[in-house]
Amino acid sequence: MRDEILWQLVLGFAAISLVSVGGGIAVLPEMHRLVVETHQWMTDAEFARRYALAQAAPGPNVLVVGLLGWHVAGWVGMLVATISMTLPTSLLAFGFAKFRKRMAGKAWLKVIERGLVPVAVGLIAASGLILARGAATGWVTGALAIASTIFVWRTNYSPLWVLVTGALVGLAMGV
Amino acid sequence: MAEAAPSSTVTPTRADLFFGYAKIGLLGFGGVGAWARRVIVEERRWLTERDYAEVLGIGQVLPGPNVGNAAVMIGRRFHGLAGALLATSGIYIGPFCVLMLLAWAYQTYGQMPAVAPFMQGIAAAAAGMVIGMAAKMTSKLRPPPEMIAVGLAACGAAFWWRLPLPLIVAILAPVSIVLAHRRLPPAVRRAA
Repeated sequence: MRDEILWQLVLGFAAISLVSVGGGIAVLPEMHRLVVETHQWMTDAEFARRYALAQAAPGPNVLVVGLLGWHVAGWVGMLVATISMTLPTSLLAFGFAKFRKRMAGKAWLKVIERGLVPVAVGLIAASGLILARGAATGWVTGALAIASTIFVWRTNYSPLWVLVTGALVGLAMGV
Repeated sequence: MAEAAPSSTVTPTRADLFFGYAKIGLLGFGGVGAWARRVIVEERRWLTERDYAEVLGIGQVLPGPNVGNAAVMIGRRFHGLAGALLATSGIYIGPFCVLMLLAWAYQTYGQMPAVAPFMQGIAAAAAGMVIGMAAKMTSKLRPPPEMIAVGLAACGAAFWWRLPLPLIVAILAPVSIVLAHRRLPPAVRRAA
């Protein structure tokens, strides 16, 4: 049973990793499908909270998979999910490093890069909406989500302020 | 100065690769992109600005986090397989340990009455942060209308229609690349 879950983590995240255009945040909708919809390992709200917890840690955003894996299968799940998400793309990059000189600065590479950007941005927006659906359930949290959207969009302050404010408002709600 | 002379770059040792990338990983709150450039190009001068931008561009086109992909390629360039392993483990291991600590703390204290609303507040703010980031990228890029349509289609496909990501990428990426190609000036277009 446990082995079966670990294999589901390996196959699920390795597959997501290989289509992760635009890095960690853009694939959140697909991670949500895997852990919330397909396997129902956690709820919408739990998913949003895992993501929030991962934001409190530094490092590449893909590492959120560690917390999802941990929720599903403890420490082993955390390790398995993280390796499944990072190893396939790292191997691919290792293979492509050979062609680096030949690819570098090529016009067609720029065109592909430019073409992928709008897809990645659209997917990031979808990720935010999915997180908001899980996290912004009341009017206080809804207002918080809208306010932080506007803050990050319109100012150049560090987004960490948004998280600190969210924590303080959350604490005040709890009192 | 557009580009530094090659002699001004420094070849990192294996330990440099690991510790340089460990620094990038551990300082990278909210993403590692800005710190990676600063450490690699400005502080340690492993690569010139232009060289780094090129590696990052390839990292962007490949699946996976662009900075992680760049770590593999930069590590391999200086020290082969060992270099790639050291740079990659450097960037992931530190944050992974912090995450383990957070997971443990959450497991231990997560059920306390004060922690649930606290986490809920952070989660709502983090959701807004992600939407705001997408909005900011859009305002900065000032994309032409057809690219906005591609972005909206990707967003709708992933959020409302819940289409699988491979399908979204397989359909929209080629369309978007063709559109990007059409936007190039004719002289550049022939070269691409």
